[in-house]
Amino acid sequence: MKALLALEDGRTFECRSFTGGGESSGEVVFNTSMTGYQEVLTDPSYTGQIVTMTYPLIGNYGINPEDIESERIQVSAFIVREYQDFPSNFRSTETLAHYLDRYKVMGVHELDTRALTRHIRKAGAMRACISTENLDPVSLAQQAKAIQGIEGVDLASRVTAQKPYFWKDGHPVVCEESPEKMDKKIWKETGKKFSIAALDFGIKYNILRCLESVGFEVLVLPADTSADTIRAMEPDGIFLSNGPGDPEPVAYAVETIKNLLGFRPMFGICLGHQLMGLALGGTTFKLKFGHRGANQPVKNLANDRIEITSQNHGFAVNLDSLDSDDFTITHINLNDNTLEGFRHKKIPAFAVQYHPEASPGPRDAMYLFDEFKTMIIKSR
Amino acid sequence: MPKRTDIKKILIIGAGPIIISQACEFDYSGTQACKALMEEGYEVVLVNSNPATIMTDPETAHRTYIEPVTPEAVALIIERERPDALLPTLGGQTGLNTAIKVAEMGVLDKFGVEMIGATVESIEKAEDRELFRGAMEKIGLKIPESGFATNMDEVRQVAEDIGFPIIVRPSFTLGGTGGGVAYNPEELDTLSRSGLDASLNTQIMLEQSVLGWKEYELEVMRDKNDNVVIICSIENLDPMGVHTGDSITVAPAQTLTDREYQCLRDASIDIMREIGVDTGGSNVQFAINPENGDLIIVEMNPRVSRSSALASKATGYPIAKIAAKLAVGYTLDEIPNDITGETMASFEPALDYCVVKIPRWTFEKFPETKDYLTTAMKSVGETMSIGRTFKEAFQKGLRSLEIGRSGFGADGKDIIVSQAQIEEKLATPNSHRIFYLHHALLAGMTMERIYELTGIDYWFLFQMQQILDLEKEIAEIFASSVGNQALLGKELLKKAKKNGFSDRQIAHLTGIDDSRIKSLRKEMGIRPVYKLVDTCAAEFQAATPYYYSTYEIEDEARVSDRKKVMILGGGPNRIGQGIEFDYCCVHASYALEEEDVESIMVNSNPETVSTDYDTSDKLYFEPLTEEDVLHIVETEKPMGVIVQFGGQTPLNLSVPLAKAGVPILGTQPESIDKAEDRELFQAMLKKLGLVQPENGTALNVEDALKVAETIGYPVIVRPSYVLGGRAMKIVYEPSDMANFTQLAIDASPGHPVLIDKFLEEAIEVDVDAISDIGEGADKKTIIGGIMEHIEEAGVHSGDSACMLPPQTIEEDVLAEISIATKAMAAELKVVGLMNVQYAVKGGRVYVLEVNPRASRTIPFVSKATGVPLAKLATKVMLGKRLDDLGLTSEVIPAHISVKEAVLPFDRFPDVDTLLGPEMKSTGEVMGIDTDFGMAYAKAQTGAGQHLPKSGCVFLSVKDKDKEAVFPAARKFQEMGFDIMATPGTASFLSTKGVTVKIVQKVSAGRPHVVDVIKNEKIQLVINTSSGSRTRNDGYMIRRAAIKYGLPYVTTISGVKAVCKAIEALKHSRLGAKTIQEYNK
Repeated sequence: MKALLALEDGRTFECRSFTGGGESSGEVVFNTSMTGYQEVLTDPSYTGQIVTMTYPLIGNYGINPEDIESERIQVSAFIVREYQDFPSNFRSTETLAHYLDRYKVMGVHELDTRALTRHIRKAGAMRACISTENLDPVSLAQQAKAIQGIEGVDLASRVTAQKPYFWKDGHPVVCEESPEKMDKKIWKETGKKFSIAALDFGIKYNILRCLESVGFEVLVLPADTSADTIRAMEPDGIFLSNGPGDPEPVAYAVETIKNLLGFRPMFGICLGHQLMGLALGGTTFKLKFGHRGANQPVKNLANDRIEITSQNHGFAVNLDSLDSDDFTITHINLNDNTLEGFRHKKIPAFAVQYHPEASPGPRDAMYLFDEFKTMIIKSR
Repeated sequence: MPKRTDIKKILIIGAGPIIISQACEFDYSGTQACKALMEEGYEVVLVNSNPATIMTDPETAHRTYIEPVTPEAVALIIERERPDALLPTLGGQTGLNTAIKVAEMGVLDKFGVEMIGATVESIEKAEDRELFRGAMEKIGLKIPESGFATNMDEVRQVAEDIGFPIIVRPSFTLGGTGGGVAYNPEELDTLSRSGLDASLNTQIMLEQSVLGWKEYELEVMRDKNDNVVIICSIENLDPMGVHTGDSITVAPAQTLTDREYQCLRDASIDIMREIGVDTGGSNVQFAINPENGDLIIVEMNPRVSRSSALASKATGYPIAKIAAKLAVGYTLDEIPNDITGETMASFEPALDYCVVKIPRWTFEKFPETKDYLTTAMKSVGETMSIGRTFKEAFQKGLRSLEIGRSGFGADGKDIIVSQAQIEEKLATPNSHRIFYLHHALLAGMTMERIYELTGIDYWFLFQMQQILDLEKEIAEIFASSVGNQALLGKELLKKAKKNGFSDRQIAHLTGIDDSRIKSLRKEMGIRPVYKLVDTCAAEFQAATPYYYSTYEIEDEARVSDRKKVMILGGGPNRIGQGIEFDYCCVHASYALEEEDVESIMVNSNPETVSTDYDTSDKLYFEPLTEEDVLHIVETEKPMGVIVQFGGQTPLNLSVPLAKAGVPILGTQPESIDKAEDRELFQAMLKKLGLVQPENGTALNVEDALKVAETIGYPVIVRPSYVLGGRAMKIVYEPSDMANFTQLAIDASPGHPVLIDKFLEEAIEVDVDAISDIGEGADKKTIIGGIMEHIEEAGVHSGDSACMLPPQTIEEDVLAEISIATKAMAAELKVVGLMNVQYAVKGGRVYVLEVNPRASRTIPFVSKATGVPLAKLATKVMLGKRLDDLGLTSEVIPAHISVKEAVLPFDRFPDVDTLLGPEMKSTGEVMGIDTDFGMAYAKAQTGAGQHLPKSGCVFLSVKDKDKEAVFPAARKFQEMGFDIMATPGTASFLSTKGVTVKIVQKVSAGRPHVVDVIKNEKIQLVINTSSGSRTRNDGYMIRRAAIKYGLPYVTTISGVKAVCKAIEALKHSRLGAKTIQEYNK
């Protein structure tokens, strides 16, 4: 079915829908990972975004029930150069088109994705509409202009858990206790495992899998859970998750984090990194077109080693906004020298902008989960 | 950490001659390494016996030894040069093995040379099967179960542990001969017996078969800080069981989820660390069970490889260059990524296109060998293609092969085959299997059945099915109304082009003329755009213009307004057209730079220096077909195109290009035609008063017989417009004439077959010359070099050893040759290079062949004389005069250079090793010395013929040669050799007073000569034969010599030269000298 992608600046791309008719909008961004489209689709950090994959052949290995990063597809729409309708992989259980269709997410292809990527690189990430209904370039571009942008919007609240849940044996187990009544008795494996309260701004399952595999008992909490509630639980550590969009409007979480810093060891990833940065007095800014892919080189300044990392963020913490007396810059992006990680010198807290849990992408930075554990042990 | 300053001088070992499995990719990697180290200010010393390489150009290294790549020669060079370090990982397996041996000899310790890049210990850990197994077990990875057996009892015992199917691999054989897959005890019994027999140490390895599993490769880089990055993943279309060099491969991997891919990535990194490759590139091969994802490590190469060359071209990441820099102490984050200019080498390339590599085979040159593909590599070249979809890249790749196909079938070349034939060709991998897949799909065979027969992953089969569906859709137009172009709508035509269909295919399917398809496209505005290979999927701006075509909306070609010239490369390597032509193309590019003209390279061969992104100003990685080349011309509008350097490929395009109005630089297509067209050529010779052997042409077998009758046998039969003596034969009797004529007709359909009188026992002479513009007396032609062949006329010039300057030809004959060459250059209006082949018999000079283009010998002559002929020719084509370029007369060096051919007979177990008019060699080596004997000895050593200084010489020659072989036999005896001969040869030599021990022919019962060879009682085999029957005694002897690695000689002229070489080896010490010193 014929479709049209229109950008807010008026540029349009003809394409075809491989999931049937419809219309969708969001901020259009590109991801350069050559594998891992299923993980990308289900990553809550992509909420509100139309993702285009720069690798042209997508759908090759189908969809399987295991490689998911949340319970559903999160992207607004999906753009590829050539959709592959004949998956070949021993774990595949359905096609990509079928999967998108189940979640009513539009997939389009036969589009010059490289031209689109180059345009975004030059002009920046921007609002866009895809439609099979309105094929008029002018009016669809108008429509794109009219949609709400990502800056200044609290997207985390849209994807955070509605109710607290434990992550157990690789699956979410809903916790029926209401947050107000939670105390340290909530933990079921006290003495055997360290307990982690994980604030969910759009957490990826693989973070939870990693936390569980280093031996934590993990309770995932809605983003607006109060500091008092968390203090009452007396967790061994606090985790700040990844999530979509702009950190600034998530002001309530910044306040919570401010309150909790120093209370327990704290580890943040991606949006969690930005929120911790803000809580510590730093500032954030929007990158022109973000970092999205599985080949971002990051230098670990502690040992001069290079980690090839998985990344997905459109905002970043200003490197110079962090007071150097209190912080150690631990990681730097080698492509554009942006901040990739810091550690507080006085209180047990550290964060990274990239995704050590990978999925998709290289697992070079898995050690950070162990470091979190070490930090907890040391601070006891 | 910056580069090391404690080392100043670095020795690099090259890969030596081009052989199957070790080709010009090592010139590419070696050249990159030399350049990178020179750039860093190190003094680079190079040893490589291969003159056809850019690597051995005097400018590529500071001190270049064109000497045999043997431990002895390298030891000598180390003693002479005293380098601080040795970099062994860039010269293929040869470089690695030689380095290890030199280390074992204690030479490195003695002279304080440090091995950089990889240590002896890590190389051994990767290469030794048992050490490797231990290492893999330690990090929790599996390799195929295996065990060794030296007798049948052990075979059965080991087999019990492994289970069927089992792969049988004889130890210490060349080219994996005698192995195979056993599915049951009976087959195991047969295979093991023949394997034990084939093995030099009566040992076989039995290995768990992972036949049919999916095969993957990862290219890995590591620096001294233990940073590891993956440059590229590659998935093989052909599953396990076909050597990866013989497989169609695709980058990046297509059918792995991220989770599975990361397992391979983690495993590769663990392997790098465990094996202990300190710095540089390695390659890890995996097998994955398609049923359940089980992972097995097939092997790892602790060095740059064919795959790393492919990965470099596929991603734009220069693995060898970076490896060289890492070896001297840099880390990945200190080395810039040239392609983006703004990022560093410490990242993993992201592709936004699909790359397909397809091997090219030459089974047609070895008709005695079965066209089967196994675990021993057989292909001689490869082509790479880039597209935005697999289908596009795949079809481009198939037409890049230059085997007369225009894509995945549907080009009028498909043949009618039976279901049974299809099944057979699918079940046994072979060089045509890919086209049988097309036949199978066309015949409606189910994908399940095809999968069952081939094990090719469904994903690939579906891609092919889609191409076929589109083929049918287009063909419906033909069915509904022949040639009705109105039915060929824009959408369908666009779709066809996006799926890689060539105009030829569309024309064939629709019945519309090719040129009309082209004009239709033009009317509809359907033309390709060019996209960049940029390592980063457009995340950063790319600085390096490395392009491929596709059919999309945005064209990224940055067309400059500079003066520019396009160079057409040689396409995939094949026997007869290889690295020598790439060398010329690269020189053209260098010369253009010197003249401040923009160079645009077009080629489809990933192994070469010409397709390195920094060789030319622009690189178009495209098929060398009329359609694809014209598209680039239309975009770039160059002032001219150079067609005379890339061998026959661009030459064949010269007429269509000229017709399309493209300016051809240098010699014009009419002249090329004049030299190729028999009648025009004869007229020219007559006009110039030159003679050629009596000859005639024929368009059919009947005429051919008549011509041969008139001329008188023996005659040489050959097709026109081919290179490398394809289908060329010497025919002695009328009874063989029909058969060979037909073969020649088939090799070049539509063109006449050429029949020449064969001059027996004539000396063949090869001349390369260069000629500039100008008319009459103003035109200048300079002889580049005159080479005297060692083998007599009748042996293809590419297979014959030759020497420069000539050693036995009289001055007046040489003068005559020189004059004749110049006269022909003038007559043909040659501007650029020209090659002439002459035969000299009884003081008379016959013209055999004239080629107004660069020849295979250009690099050899350039190295021998120090005159960069290809560069000068490029400048001449731009209008420069030879006088102004400083070339005023022929350069005749004081030293003697010998070129020797390297033949692939060890790869083709059933092929006779006799030389003839059809070229069979894959590569060449050069030996330089002031003494002919020593130069020849070096060439032989370089070619892998280890001439003995003592022991026993075996002779068995045909009657006609007996008289001629006698002086050599006597000389061998004088030098202290024992002489052994078959009865006929023995009795002749005895009567002449040579003491000879008689040994039986194979047909006369045991113990016969092959038994004696096997018992290592013979050190040199001399055997000549008329060669009319292959399965005779001579054949058995020659094959035995190959099998047991003995030096052998099959011509009398060769015997004489070998005799001199052995004499030189016995009397003087092997020396080594750089070409910079020779050509001072």
